[in-house]
Formats: sequence, C-alpha cells, structure tokens
Amino acid sequence: MNHAVHKDYAGAKLGMWLFLFTELLLFGGLFLLYAAYLSRYPHEFTAGGRELDVVFGTANTVILLTSSLLAAMAVTAIQRDARGRTMLLLGGTVLCAALFMLIKYLEWSAKIRHGIYPNSPGLAAGPPGESVFFSLYYLTTGLHGMHVLVGGALLTWVASRVRSGAIHGGDYVLLENGALYWHLVDLIWIFIFPLYYLIL
Amino acid sequence: MTHEHAPHIIGYGKLTAVWLALLALTVLTVWITRLDLGVNRVWGALAIASAKSGLVIAFFMHMKYEGWLLRWLLFVALLTLAIFIGFTFFDVLYR
Amino acid sequence: MSRADQAEATASSFWNDTGRTGIASWIFSTDHKRVGLLYFYSVLGFFLIAVALGLLLRIELMAPGRTIMGPQTYNALFTVHGVVMIFLFIIPGFPGAFGNLIMPIQLGARDVAFPRLNLFSWWLYIIGAVTILTALFTGGGPPDTGWTFYVPFSSRTGTNVSLAVFGVFIVGFSSILTGVNFVTTIHRLRAEGMSWGRLPLFVWSLYATAWVQILATPILGITLVLIMAERLLGTGLFDPVRGGDPLMFQHLFWIYSHPAVYIMILPAMGVISDIIPVFSRKPIFGYKMIAFSSLAIAAAGSLVWGHHMYTSGMSDTAILVFSFLTFIVAIPSAIKVFNWVSTLYKGSISLEAPMLFALSFILLFAIGGLTGLILGAAATDIHVHDTHFVVGHFHYTILGGSGFAFFAAMHYWLPKFYGRRYAEKPAIIAWGLMFVGFNITYFSMMVLGLKGMPRRYYDYLPEFAPLNLASTIGSWIMVSGLVLLLVNLFRGLLKGEPVGSNPWGGATLEWSIPTPPPTENFAEEPVVSHGPYDFKGAGIP
Repeated sequence: MNHAVHKDYAGAKLGMWLFLFTELLLFGGLFLLYAAYLSRYPHEFTAGGRELDVVFGTANTVILLTSSLLAAMAVTAIQRDARGRTMLLLGGTVLCAALFMLIKYLEWSAKIRHGIYPNSPGLAAGPPGESVFFSLYYLTTGLHGMHVLVGGALLTWVASRVRSGAIHGGDYVLLENGALYWHLVDLIWIFIFPLYYLIL
Repeated sequence: MTHEHAPHIIGYGKLTAVWLALLALTVLTVWITRLDLGVNRVWGALAIASAKSGLVIAFFMHMKYEGWLLRWLLFVALLTLAIFIGFTFFDVLYR
Repeated sequence: MSRADQAEATASSFWNDTGRTGIASWIFSTDHKRVGLLYFYSVLGFFLIAVALGLLLRIELMAPGRTIMGPQTYNALFTVHGVVMIFLFIIPGFPGAFGNLIMPIQLGARDVAFPRLNLFSWWLYIIGAVTILTALFTGGGPPDTGWTFYVPFSSRTGTNVSLAVFGVFIVGFSSILTGVNFVTTIHRLRAEGMSWGRLPLFVWSLYATAWVQILATPILGITLVLIMAERLLGTGLFDPVRGGDPLMFQHLFWIYSHPAVYIMILPAMGVISDIIPVFSRKPIFGYKMIAFSSLAIAAAGSLVWGHHMYTSGMSDTAILVFSFLTFIVAIPSAIKVFNWVSTLYKGSISLEAPMLFALSFILLFAIGGLTGLILGAAATDIHVHDTHFVVGHFHYTILGGSGFAFFAAMHYWLPKFYGRRYAEKPAIIAWGLMFVGFNITYFSMMVLGLKGMPRRYYDYLPEFAPLNLASTIGSWIMVSGLVLLLVNLFRGLLKGEPVGSNPWGGATLEWSIPTPPPTENFAEEPVVSHGPYDFKGAGIP
C-alpha cells in the first residue's frame, strides 16, 4: 500500500503541548523547593531577593515578553505567507534571546564577583536560608537560561527552514511548535521574576 | 495539505494589545510588591503572574482558539503540579 | 536451523519486505515493530544482567557473615540490581517493547504518531544505559546508595553517583518522549470505528501509563539534576548545615517514584486484561470499569508518595493524609481483580502458558497488593518499614505481577512476530518452577521482615539464617525455571511450529493481519465494527 506522506497538524501540535507539560513539571520541581523553603526562611529569602538587581530583572522580563510577541507575530506572518516578514520577526525573537543571555551574564558575573555563588565561602558563612535562596536562584535561572539557548537555536533553525521554503503558509506546524516552545520559556520567567526579584 | 479547517489567525494589532497588557501587568507586579502586604505580597505577585501567563497562553499560544481537549489537558497538567506542591505542604506546614 | 525454514516462516513481512535487512536497517528503523524488538532485546538483556546480580546477592545472604563478598560490594550490588531492574527493564520494558510492537496494530494504525521520535527514544535509552554501565566501572565505582539515592549519603559517597544518575536522566528523557508519542498516537491514529469504547484494554493501560510518564518523569529529571548539583556544585539544598532539608529530596524523589510503580504495573494489567478473555473464550467482564480503573490508578497513585516516608520525620498530618489516600488506590486495583475473576466464571478456560502466567499474576499481585495495605497503614508500617517485608512486597508486585505479565506477553505475542511458536509442555514446566521458586524466595522475605530483618544490610542475626537459606534456594529454583522458559521460547520462535495469523483466537486487530505482520500492518486501513473481546462479532468461534 502506497501513501502520499500525510501530515497530522493537530497531532503534531498535541505532541508539542504534551512536551511542554513535561517542561512545566521539570521547572515545577524547582518551584516546589522554592515554595517549601520560602515558607521556612521568609526573611532570608527577602534579604536574598534584595541583593538581586530589579532593573536587570525587569529589563529581562520586558525583553522576553517582547520576544514572545515577535514569535507570535511570526506565526501570523507565516499564516499569511509573508516569508520575509516571518524571518524578520524570528530574527527579532532570537535577538531578544541574545539580549536576555547578555543581561543574565552580566547579572551572574556581578554576583560571582561579590562572592555569591553556590557553595561560596560568603554564603556558607551567612544565614542558611540565604544559601538556599541563591542555590535555587542559580539552578532555576541556569536551567531557564539553557532553555533560552535551546529555544534560540531552535528558532534560528526554523528561520532557515522558512528561508528554504520548507515552512510556508500551507505547512508551518514546525514554526508554530517552535514558537510554542519559546512561549514556554517566557512563561517560566513570568514566574521566576516576581518570586526571585520582587519578594523584598 | 495539513489542516482540517482554516486555522485561526490572530492579527498583529491584537497581539500588540496583549503585549501592552502584559507590560502593564508587569508594572503592576513591581508596584504591588513594593507595598507592605507581608506574606500576601507573594500571593499578589503569583496572582498577577497567573494573569500574565493566562494571556500568553490564550493569545500568544493560541489556546483561546483551540479545542476543549488541549485546554482540558493543560488543566490536568497544572492540577498535577498544584497537587505535587500542595500535598508537600501537608508536611512542610505541620512539622 | 535451515535458512529455508526461517525464510518460509517470515516470507514477505516486516522482517524483509522493505528489502532492508542489515543491522543498520534495524538500529535506524522507524518501523514500530522493529523498534519494539530493539527495545525487547535490550530490556531482556539488562533484565538478565540484573537477575545475575540478584542471584549473587542471594548467595551472599545465604548464610550470616561474609559468604562471597564484602559489604561495599554488597551495597553496590543491591544498588545496581535495583537501578538496572527499574530503569533499564521494567519501566521502559512494557511501553517500549510490547507497547511499540502491539499498540499501533491494535489501533488499526500503520505506526505511532512520531516514528522518528520513537527511534530516538530507543537511542536515548541505549545511550542512558551505556552511561549507567560506564559509571559502574569508572570514577569511584558503582553507586552504593540504593536505587533511591537518598541524601545525605548520595551527596557524599565517593562512588560514581553523578554519572550514574546522569545516565538515569537520559533514560528518563526516553521515557518522557515515549509517553508523548503514545498519548498522541492513541488520540490521533485510531482507525475508523475504533472508538475509545472499543480500544483493547492493553491500549487503555498504555494510555494511562503514558500520562504518568509525561507528568511524573520530569520530577525525577529535576531530582537527578539536584543530586548532581549537590555533588558537583555544592548547592546544599538538602544539607541541614546549609539550611537544606533531606526530606525535600525524599518528597521530590517519591513524587516520581511512586507513580513510577504504576508505569510498571498498568501495562502489565493491560496484558492480563487482553489475555484472560481470549483463554476463557468470554468477553471481559466490566470493560468500562477496567478502562476507568486504569485512569483511576494513575490519578490516585500520584497522590500517595508520602507513604514511603512515614518514618522519615514527616509531619503527622502528612502521615495521616498519605495513609488515607493510599487506601483509596487499592480500590481500582481490586476492581480489576474482581472483573478478571468474573470473566473466568463460566468461561471455557484453556491453560496454556500465557494463561498460566496471567492467572498466577492475579494471585501474586493480589498478595503484593494486600501487603501494600500493611505498608500503607502508617501504624503497621512503622514495624515493617525498611525491613525485608518491603522487599517481599515489591517483588510480589513487580516480579510476581509485572514480571509474570511480561513472560505472559512474550508467549502470547512473540509468536505473532516470528511466525513460530514455543513448545507448550516445557513452557508449563518452566512456569511451575518459576511459580514455586518465586514464592519460596519472596514469601520467606516477608516473614523475615515481620521478624525484624532489615533490608539493605550486609549481615543479619543468626536467627534469620534458615529463612534466608530457603529464600536463596528458592531463587535457584526460580531461575532454573526462567532459563527453561527462555530456551524453550527462543528455540520455538526460531525453529518451532509455524503459526497462522490467529493461533489463540483473539478478536483484537493484531490477530487479523498476517503472521508475521507486513511493514505496513494493514493492506487497507481497517474499519472496526466490533469490540476487542467480541469473538462472535469478529467471526471467531
């Protein structure tokens, strides 16, 4: 029996959403730890949060929200078969990702210079709750940062498929799924931001 | 052809409006956590974060225009996470 | 065995109908049947390695004091036995091997929703397995923490924990992707007429299992990352000196690992639900309740993880809540047992190997389940926690349950894929040896546990010696049965009597296609008009 290759758009989208659920649960474990330790060390978490840079945090929030907007617009653009615009929008999203990672790099290096990193002597000497706060901070933002990198790479690859015409107005589920992944990265940050930067 | 029906397209204008709402909610989050609400700061911040995620999921991720299956499954996933965290608190809160 | 014989049995089937037959055509195949066999042989190989480790453990425990190994080796052996059995055999085994082989055909589909992802899942499994194996022979040597990797010991021990848990992480990712694949497949690829109400119960069980794989495995993932972070980065999240709480590790670990046991048992129950009607010549009793109970077990089973922690220092409130919820999980399991037995009633029963394993599953799993209630009740658990009672309990459920169901599935379905069958009498003898040996081995452990013998201890008091000796002898009887089973089965599959498309008289779709199946499974997409156990409707006497 011979079949034309026959794609299941709804199935591909369902599969992607299921994968996103797994990412949600992955970060969920870290949020579980955060919740438990916040209830145990409210003051130390507050003190720790105060040492994080609200300006950087807010900037990164705005950057990711904007990147999500651009990714969503890219889906609209490909639905309207506007190839050039799609690539521009995807490029913008990836640019935002790069900006986000730059700011993250600045934040982390500033912290490390001040002796705030997992198992640092400074943290070991301080109140236990603060050490917990910063370990969770580095793990959560580190894992999130890895996802930003993966998402950026993914969308870059998607953009190349748009350029080659493999993704177009009649078959764009790859772009849609790539955008969904990107939105997840944004969603995680939407929770990281207030919990780490604003509890003070 | 890969679609069974004409897909719903969200216009650039609507997407931008959602983005502006998200920015406004971000400002609100920063403001609400400056107030002296004690532990309610956390709940307030979480509530606003949930609202923001709701917008991202509904519009940026097109969930508003998807069928009931996907919505239900998302609900199950979120409920599962809530239970994992919530039940842990039977221990954490009552030691 | 002559090539002509083999050729005749597998003429133009998935073995050769694409013209691709070398090793590369297998390890790069996206055909669910080939992927299923790749998984089958991989998990079987690891199972046998872990059996050997188990035998060694039992030899050490045969008598008090040192028998053949020192305490460090003993700790490493029970750790590796557990890690391999759980992460490399029983968790991937059912979905990966029989899920892949059977499920798409039972749906009336050509393959799973994401065939390339399916192959990738197998590759991840192999890479993870190799990583785990490498950890055993490098660095500080094989982990000695128990498969549960509890802190603080797992943070501090010099053995190669980090690499081993990284390997488990990779295997976990494989499991997640399989879950995503299977849920999508079952939603999207059912043939016309294959409504949810006509799905074979094996498929229902795989569906519930896949949900657990999706929602619970990521928590294992992050927990393993946290172990690595404790060891490599010194994050101190579970170190009391630095503000951490070791109990938080236990919560995170068991939030996955309890639902994981349902990944192990649900597909096994699905196999039993498929086999019993066929060998009773009667439709299953209470189809809807069995389907519903699979979902109920998955859901309720996700709420009870704290029952592993009653003696850990957890709050009394948590102890009460988790104990109460644990009792609830017993209900859907009992529903299945009652329905299977009701199916047997007034059936026309034939006791071939698949049925013998299925029937003994019911008994052995029931014993395992009932002892689970003793463990689930907090008051009685205090007495038996961390004793050999627990070891007996979980071997009754995982080996007497899932293991026996796996052997049932091997006898039931593999002839379909090889075109030949095993010899019945040796299979029955093998079953008998396994059944007797199993009970001697593990019932002794439950008695030992009640008398106070701890688990995971290298040595024990002299008063425990006789039952330990009995348990070891039981293990030899059981393994001799296993060897007979495997020799008989594989000799049969390669050289035994040829079988037609429906040797057992089943009404599910896999029996309606040629034996062995062609790559495409169906010449035309089937239109389903009868239920999975409706023998009359399927035109089968």
